[in-house]
Parts: sequence; structure tokens; C-alpha cells
Amino acid sequence: MHSALHERGTANFLLNGGGLKPGHALFGEAETSGIEPKISARGVNFYYGSKRALKDINMDFSPRLVTAIIGPSGCGKSTFIRLLNRMNELVPGTRLEGEILLDGLDIVAPVCDAAELRKRVGMVFQKPNPFPKSILENVAYGLEINGSLDRRAIEEKVEDSLKKAALWDEVKDRLRESALGLSGGQQQRLCIARCLAVEPEVILFDEPCASLDPISTAKIEELILKLKKTYTIVIVTHNMQQAARVSDRTAFFLMGELIEYGATGMIFKAPRDRRTEDYITGRFG
Amino acid sequence: MQRHFDEELQQLKSDIMKMASLTRQALMNSVEALKSRDPAAAKRVIDGDTELDALELEIDEKCINLIALHQPMAGDLRFITTGMKLNTELERIGDLAVDVAQRAIDISGKPLLKPLVDIPRLAIMAGRMTGEAIEAFIKSDAGLARKVVLSDPEADYIKRAVEKELIYDYMMKDGSTSDRAVPLLLAARHLERICDHAVSMAEDIIYMVEARVVRHHPEALG
Amino acid sequence: MTKRDIIQKTGFTLLAMCMAANIVFLGMIVFFIASRGLPAISWEFLTQAPRNAMTQGGVAPAIVGTLYLTLGAVLVALPLGVACAIYLTEYSPKGWIVNLIRISVNNLAGVPSVVFGLFGLAIFVKKAGFGVSMLSGSLTLGILALPVIISASQEALIAVPQSIREASLALGATRWETIRRVVLPAALPGILTGVILSVGRVAGETAPILFTAAAFYVKGYPKSVLSEVMALPYHIYALMTEGTHPEIQTQIAYGSSLILLALVLSVSMLAIYIRQRYRRGYNA
Repeated sequence: MHSALHERGTANFLLNGGGLKPGHALFGEAETSGIEPKISARGVNFYYGSKRALKDINMDFSPRLVTAIIGPSGCGKSTFIRLLNRMNELVPGTRLEGEILLDGLDIVAPVCDAAELRKRVGMVFQKPNPFPKSILENVAYGLEINGSLDRRAIEEKVEDSLKKAALWDEVKDRLRESALGLSGGQQQRLCIARCLAVEPEVILFDEPCASLDPISTAKIEELILKLKKTYTIVIVTHNMQQAARVSDRTAFFLMGELIEYGATGMIFKAPRDRRTEDYITGRFG
Repeated sequence: MQRHFDEELQQLKSDIMKMASLTRQALMNSVEALKSRDPAAAKRVIDGDTELDALELEIDEKCINLIALHQPMAGDLRFITTGMKLNTELERIGDLAVDVAQRAIDISGKPLLKPLVDIPRLAIMAGRMTGEAIEAFIKSDAGLARKVVLSDPEADYIKRAVEKELIYDYMMKDGSTSDRAVPLLLAARHLERICDHAVSMAEDIIYMVEARVVRHHPEALG
Repeated sequence: MTKRDIIQKTGFTLLAMCMAANIVFLGMIVFFIASRGLPAISWEFLTQAPRNAMTQGGVAPAIVGTLYLTLGAVLVALPLGVACAIYLTEYSPKGWIVNLIRISVNNLAGVPSVVFGLFGLAIFVKKAGFGVSMLSGSLTLGILALPVIISASQEALIAVPQSIREASLALGATRWETIRRVVLPAALPGILTGVILSVGRVAGETAPILFTAAAFYVKGYPKSVLSEVMALPYHIYALMTEGTHPEIQTQIAYGSSLILLALVLSVSMLAIYIRQRYRRGYNA
């Protein structure tokens, strides 16, 4: 089924949410024009040794929106998201070209301190990775590194973060027990609470529900939808339904390139690129 | 990669085609019954509607199953939702054919008022527009769908001509002709409604192919 | 029974026999020492200094000396070894330098203990001028223990999952903060095991302390780090080779052996116990 979307002004088409008059937000997408992007990637190329893993990526992430990145295995989506908080530096032998701007300032420049950056851009990983410490110590970790608060203030912040992560009720009576005793879904929410305690501005989710059961996944998706009111969120997922449920904008990566990027509604109802359509409808990947 | 799902989508296409062919058949038969004022023929059309209703329910359920079980996206999603809409439109057209058959029964046993010229013309138009809409669906041809949409004014025109003739040339001149003129008037309206349904189907198909909404937005037809 | 069954049964039987042999040998050693040494053990033996040309009294100073030397060795080897292990696993770039260091460490472990003794003699006793003393002995034993601690610490550090380090870094911690607050605490049980194992090794070494620390008889207890000490392994050696009253002193030697054996065995048990708990606790 060929989509004849290339005729008749597709630029107009995208801006106006699908061939309608301006202002007709038939599908309820978020209005993004005119707002300064929170994060911008400009001409990003990334190399593992001599192999180019990311090719000329240019994309903006708007504040307080959820942006999903989808694509088949090996397309570079995890590699890309790790650039946003410079976690790529943990792997030796890699090279990054281009700029990544956070509020207009290049985070790749040597003058930008990686540790300080990561306090503003937090990350939740695919497999929950709580420290082998108590629940309280886990959430307080980020606060203790900054070293500024007293015991009482720390405990308040921990409670606040656990509440924000929808975990407080389940753990309030066992804060001093080992975090490893929690279930997978709880551990992941603990990791989210731990991240929130540092009060980042951006939260990166790298396939956060990949190892969780459906109910835990649903809880975390709900959480993300709540969090987006305060934080800018980028989520990498191989689950398209999840991207559809949770995100405002979706980007499709294929073999290191950004193929298509737009409002989630449009991507999943009427993608412009044939490859996007094929991936979304399961013809490959 | 060929998907099992594609087979099911093909099956949906042939189901819709079958529904369309039954509907067009009913339409043709009802106008024949009107022309020949044959109550038996009319009755056959009315009885045949049961089969159409059953088929509509069947297609409807199949579509819902496809959505529930396969979570279709993008083109597949638009195809299935359009299929559901066409299903409903075709069933309504079938009902309108039944209405025309009713009108045939109304004028049966009475002398012919006038030879029918415009009404069959309108019927042929209705049949053609419906057929072209379905063809546009099967072939994902937005151009053909546009052609259907643009035929609407002509159908309106024919209907109005029929009304004018029946009202001014017959009913106002001789009130006693009403019992034969009114059914014809109504039949013309039924047929014009069928054309409207065909246009609606065509608008749905333009959305399916181009993701562009033209309903209520005539300027978007381009 | 099929041929495979026979082969399987034969294999298992052989394995069981080997294991039995192990236990038998250990049992024989323990029995041998215990049967000859037990008569010498008494409260007096454990708490009193030797009297009367080593024919009466006890071996308390030797026990104390062994403890001091071991403690000293750990104090030397632990910080050095753990720091080295941290450098090797956390900081160093992968490459030939790391491999060179690793090979060196392994080779250090293979150096015969008497060579350590001579080395200690030359460097600590003579060159550095510490003389035959607890200091020289501890330093020498420390170097002996170093490879053991480095290996165990390395293993413990590597066993800490990379995901934990990533989590810490992603929260804005520096590498050092990550090591200090997350990796080291998690690796601690493993490092501890290494320390305890090295203790077991060091406590029983005779050759390194032969030239650097030990004396046959020291009056009283060590007064400073620069004094000579008595030590159980040396005591046993001395009694058997230079003893003036063989009959009684042989028994004292066996008694000392028993104490030393008990010390080393219980330390090994402790290490195994801690390792068990560590494994269970981490994988909760």
C-alpha cells in the first residue's frame, strides 16, 4: 500500500498535523514551535574505532515532553542516548564529532564537567541496578555525594523522591533493608527515585521496562506520564506500543541514521518514510 | 517480509468487495422493480437485505478482532478503520435500496405516471459512484476517490430536476397524481442519498491513502 | 548396566577416592600433630614464657610474636595491595603496562620464601638499618603477602558488576567517589577473604623471618618495633634443630605445631565462612 504523502506540500502537512487548517489539532499533538529546545544534537557522528555508529544526527528535544526513540536492534538508539549524558566515555576507543547542546551550551566540550552534567541529566538503565545497600542509602546516594544536606533534610528528600516514584507506600516500613530484596519492578522504581533525588532537569530512560513484567511496565509508564510535567524525558524502547502510549514525539533510527522524527500520533498513524512504515507495521526488525 | 496479517487484510478486502457487489445488485434490482412496478421483485430485494445485514455484522467483528489482536499501526490501521466505515456505508446503501423497493411496491398496481428516464439515470450514477469508491479502496487510488467526490454535484442536479418535474409538472397541476408522484419523488431522494454515501466512502478512502482529511474541508481536495 | 553407566560410576568412584585421600592426609597430619602435641598443651603452656632453657613454661611470647608479625604484615600489605588492585582494575588503561604489572605480581607470588628472607635481610635489616626486628620481619612478610592480597582484591573488584559503577557515575559521582562509596564496600568481603588467606600463609612462614625478625629466646615481650621477636614457626624449627633437651623439647615443638596448625586452620575456616556469607548476601 503506497502512501502518496509526498504530493501537495508535505511540509505544510506536518506542521499542521495532517492536512488540516492551522489550529485544527485533530490528533492532539503537543505544540512545539517557538519553544527553545532543551537538548539539541547537531551534526553528531559517533565512531567505535573506525566503524561509524551514528551518522549526521540532527535533532532537538523539547522541554517537558517525552521523546521516544525507536528502531531495530543495532540501529544506534542506545548509543545515541548515552551521548546525552556522556556515558559513552566509559567505553574506550570511541570518538564523537559534532555538538550536543544542553540549554544552548555544548556538553561535549572538555570544559564541561561530566559529573556535573550527569547531575542535570539523569539516567535509568535497562536492567535495574540498585546499589547493594539499603533502600534509604540508595536514594540518598546522590545527595550524599553533593554533601550539602544534614541527616534530617536527606531523609525528607528521600521520602519525597520515593513518593514521586510511586514507591513510598511499598517501602516506607523497610527503608533500612537491602534494596536487593525488592522485586524487579520495585527496584526499577527505586532507581528512578534515586535519580529524582538529585533533581535533574532531563531524565534518560534506556529501555527501562525491558526486563519487567507487564504490570510493573504499566506502573512505570504511568510514572513517566506524570514525570513529564516536571522533567524533559527521552526514552529508548524497542516496544512500539510503549512508545505510542507514552511519548509526545517519536524518532525512528535505522542503521545509525535518523530516518523520521515527528509527533507520535503522526508517526504511528501516517509516517512519511516507507522504512518507518515498514518497521512500525512489523515488516522487518 | 510477508506477514500472516497480510492474508487477513486481503480477506478483509474480499469481504468488502463481496458486500459491495451484493449492495450494487440490490440497488439495480430495486430500480428494475420500480421501473416494472413488480411487487414480487421488490419483495426479493427486501428479503435479500437480511443477508447484507448479517454480512455487515460479520465484517464488523472481523475488523475489531484484527485491531484487538494485532494492534495495527500506520497504513494497516487506516486500512482497517476505513474498511469498518465502508462496511457501515454499504449497509446503509443496502437499506436505501430496500427503501426504493418499498416505493416500487407503493406504485405497483397503479397505472404508470410517466416513463422513467431520470430516475434510472440517477440509479446508474449511484451504482457507478459506489463501484468506483470500492475500486478506489481496493486499489488505494486516491485520484479515483476524488473523482467520486467531484461527481456529487451532478447527482444533486439530477435529483433536483426530477423533483421539479414531479412537483410542478404533475402534482401541482393535478393533485390526484400525488399518490403516484410522491413515491417517485421519494425514490429519487433515496437514490441521491446513495450517492452521498458513495461520496462519504470516497472521502474516507482519501484519508486512508493520504492521511488527509477532506471531509468538511473541501479546499483540501486540492 | 550400560558401558556409559560403568564409565560414569568409575569416574565418580575415582573422584571420591581422591577426595577421601585428601581428607585422610589432612586427618593424618592433624592426628599426628595432635597426638604428639596435645600432652604439651595447658593453660600454662599458652600463657607463660619459656623457662629453664625451654624445658618448662610455655610459648606465649612466640604466640604473641607470631600475632604481631602477622598484624604488621597485614598493615603493610593491605593498603599497598588494595591500592594496587584498585589501580589495575579501575584506572589503568588496557594495554601492555597492565599486563606487565600483572605478570610481575604473579611472579612475585612464585618467589621462594627463603629468597624473600634474604631480600629482607639485605634491604631492611642491613641497608635500611632496621636490624633484626619486628619491623624488618613485618615488611618482609608484607611483601610476601602482597600478591595474595592483590589477587584477591582484584578478583573482588572485578566481581562488582559494571552496572553498579554506571549507576553511580550516572548520578554525577566521579570515578573516585564511585570507587570509595560503591565499589570498595561491595568488594570488601572479597578483599577481606584475601587478607585472611594471606594471614594464614604468613603466620606459618619460617624462612622470611629467619634472617629478619626471629630470635630463639627473647626475654619478656617485644618492647618496640625494632626489637627481635619469638615466633611459632621459628620456635618449632629451633627446638628441633638446636634444642638441648630433645625429649621434652620435641613435645613442646609438637605443641607449638598444634597451636600454629589450629591458628591457620581456624583462619581458613573463617575465610571460607565469610566468603559463603558474601556470596549469599550479594545475590539476594
